[in-house]
Amino acid sequence: MSFPTRRKILKSLLLGGSAMAAPSAVFGALYGRGEGMPWEPMKGQPPYYGTQEDNFFTAEERATTAVICARLIPSDEDGPGATEADVISFLDRQMAGFYGRGQHWYMEGPFAEGTATQGYQSEHPPAQLYRYALAELDNYCRDRHDAAFAGLSEAQQDEILKGMDEEEITFEGVSAKAFFDLILKNTIEGYFADPIYGGNRDMVAWQYVRFPGTRYDYRDFVKHNGARIDLPPVSLMGRPGWNSLE
Amino acid sequence: MTNHLPKVDVVLVGFGWTGAIYAEKLTAAGMEVLALERGPWRDTPKDFATTFAQDELRYYWRHGMFQETSQSTVTFRNNGAQTALPMRHWGSFLPGNGVGGSGVHWNGQTYRFLPSDFVAKSHNAERYGPLPEDMTIQDYGVTYEELEPHFDYFEKICGICGTAGNLRGDIQKGGNPFEGPRSDEYPNPPMEMTFSQDRFEAAAREMGLNPFPVPSANMSRAYVNPLGLQLAPCTYCGFCEKYGCGNYAKSSPQTTIIPVLMQRPNFTLRTDSEVLSVEKSADGTRATGVTYVDTSGERFFQPAEVVVLCAYPLENTRLMLLSEIGTPYDPQTGEGVVGKNYCYQVMSGATVFFDEEYTNGFVGAGALGMAVDEYNGDNFDHSGLGFIGGGYIACYTTNARPIESHPVPDGVPGWGSEWKQSVRANFLKTTTVGVHGASMAHRSNYLDLDPTYTDRHGRPLLRMTYDFTLNDRRLTAHITPVAEEIARGMGGREVNVAERKGSYDSMPYQTTHNTGGTIMGNDPQTSVCNRYCQSWDLHNLFVAGAGLFPQNAGYNPTGTVAALAYWTVAAIIDQYMADPGSLVQA
Ligand SMILES: Cc1cc2nc3c(=O)[nH]c(=O)nc-3n(C[C@H](O)[C@H](O)[C@H](O)COP(=O)(O)OP(=O)(O)OC[C@H]3O[C@@H](n4cnc5c(N)ncnc54)[C@H](O)[C@@H]3O)c2cc1C
Repeated sequence: MSFPTRRKILKSLLLGGSAMAAPSAVFGALYGRGEGMPWEPMKGQPPYYGTQEDNFFTAEERATTAVICARLIPSDEDGPGATEADVISFLDRQMAGFYGRGQHWYMEGPFAEGTATQGYQSEHPPAQLYRYALAELDNYCRDRHDAAFAGLSEAQQDEILKGMDEEEITFEGVSAKAFFDLILKNTIEGYFADPIYGGNRDMVAWQYVRFPGTRYDYRDFVKHNGARIDLPPVSLMGRPGWNSLE
Repeated sequence: MTNHLPKVDVVLVGFGWTGAIYAEKLTAAGMEVLALERGPWRDTPKDFATTFAQDELRYYWRHGMFQETSQSTVTFRNNGAQTALPMRHWGSFLPGNGVGGSGVHWNGQTYRFLPSDFVAKSHNAERYGPLPEDMTIQDYGVTYEELEPHFDYFEKICGICGTAGNLRGDIQKGGNPFEGPRSDEYPNPPMEMTFSQDRFEAAAREMGLNPFPVPSANMSRAYVNPLGLQLAPCTYCGFCEKYGCGNYAKSSPQTTIIPVLMQRPNFTLRTDSEVLSVEKSADGTRATGVTYVDTSGERFFQPAEVVVLCAYPLENTRLMLLSEIGTPYDPQTGEGVVGKNYCYQVMSGATVFFDEEYTNGFVGAGALGMAVDEYNGDNFDHSGLGFIGGGYIACYTTNARPIESHPVPDGVPGWGSEWKQSVRANFLKTTTVGVHGASMAHRSNYLDLDPTYTDRHGRPLLRMTYDFTLNDRRLTAHITPVAEEIARGMGGREVNVAERKGSYDSMPYQTTHNTGGTIMGNDPQTSVCNRYCQSWDLHNLFVAGAGLFPQNAGYNPTGTVAALAYWTVAAIIDQYMADPGSLVQA
């Protein structure tokens, strides 16, 4: 067999692809056919980072969430915590966006609890899980301590978070453990993510652990041989001083 | 309604590493090739620019370039007694999406499997006697010697940086003395190592082992490949795996093949086009083409003389099951083949915490590492050990991306002040000696179609039934202590060992080295494809990817995946075109 169609197809393709698209407009984009790499200006893909205006939490939810974050990554004499890093602004924007809506996740039923090895199985996308769990957390605290979570002492707050983490405290409608795991993960994200997303404000977390950020070229340091490297961090937006007039 | 399109010579389903390899060779041979890719176009200036490529949240944690599970995911359970549930977001592995596939965001650790890995069944049975009955391993049907020229070619396409260990039978100093004979040196010298690799190398030598530089697809110098494409030196930026490279310094379909392909008039790529099934002729002996859907939801029938599945092992298996090609594997009877021998990788490691010295993990690259191979494959005597196979032991420095990499010693709580201070104290002072363990096929680990959950087109998801096996547990229990001993010799304050215990967990990231499901072999009763990666059932259907592996070896897969692709494409051009039909008589 000699693949007799080759020549014919080739010809039709060279007519600009109209033959391929014959029956109706084809949505998938066409490339190749000898036309080279399809470069166009201004086609770079900037990130979705949320803006100041994007928020999901009510004022009360926001306050409670900020308190939880501050217990997970506390501010202390050693360095900045979730509060200085403004993790709560990060979370608010994330929950208002595609992540909070679970837009890229598989969220079809049926839902079941699952085993520990099967991962996130809540029927609620992240933002909804926060909303329900925060309400249950406050109910739990009011039932036992006559105050909402934010009104408790730090020791009491830690005790309750520990109970959720270790599955000693459970909620009625949603899994306290699933919420705890999620908010811990998101808090660490907000603490350490690039500042464009609203957390890690002024790169405080990067400065604290001495991560130089997004510099993208360390060839001069490959032979560091175990020595400390002192490089102030740079984020995707640059760093303070770069855009000042001094 | 399905629209019929004009016929092409070859349609490629998926346009990642293997799709690009097939497209380049087939168009060079004069064939009219169409690649259908479900994801979008991606190129370096538009998608991996150095002004935003190094964004940890976006690309890893928000899965910027991976397949979205909302479109299609995998259901998972550890064993047949459980109910599989969908992976609602990815975890332990990260299937790629879009032009370049996972080749965009791989690390570039580019190994060749050992000669004995290709004959795992006959070799081990001969040396150690009969294998356990439920260990369903088998030989590939193709040998290392047959694949050698294709390994060599892929290494030249990628400009792999390394030190030869066995040049045409002569053992070379500084290389891997256990590797199969190579016809040529690596095209580039190894990467420059950092402090952690230096310590690893010294500790391993002290133990009488033979450390060698990991073969790397991150460039140690500027390089022009056989297609005339230029790669730039790696900048050790620390954003390799899970990220695109903005410096043209990591070999990928984008940097090593696609720009040349785009110049050829007989190549067409259609993006945002998801293949739903392979269609068969009425008599069931040939594939007639594929049906795909574009982003408007419209369906198209694309006829072709030859169909090649290049859609990664999980989707290749699912497409065969959905298209009813070959007999689905049945774990009860052990009969059937499609979905059989799903394997993975058994990872463990020992983390060293230093007091004085800094490992400075941010000075890192995807394949920057030193390794030893004494405990891989059948490089050591397994008599009386109760398992076969092994793994390489390596010390990589890939990154200090802080959301992902902030190790604290055992005993430190997972949050709160103590945790935070420990993260700070150890952040630039750790390194890991890892074991990259093989995964032998077992009767009860397999892939099939889920009875409950469907994708956005209403078609069953792929169901994965998988857990670590007795062989895996013994393998990891035997080799992890060696990694620990090396780690203890590296001069740190403290070593923490992460053993591989308990059931496989689908969530923490391990590797995107899913293998099996469309396995190759010598017998149509026990394999999906013959030794030319050609379907036993439809002679004009070929399969690419690690789904062909009858079991997984103790290495990263892509070197072998690429060699199998070049081997098959040569068979198509040299043999199949002249006389289309089955290349092996069953
Ligand atoms: C984070 C990460 C790190 C890795 N690091 C290494 C490493 O260091 N060393 C190593 O050897 N390997 C590594 N790998 C694995 C390596 O990337 C794969 O082995 C390799 O890309 C496989 O090539 P492939 O062509 O089979 O699949 P891919 O390159 O993934 O390409 C498959 C393509 O098919 C498309 N597709 C799927 N389904 C359809 C459909 N129905 N219709 C149309 N198109 C479809 C996908 O969108 C994708 O573009 C890594 C992988 C990941 C994700």
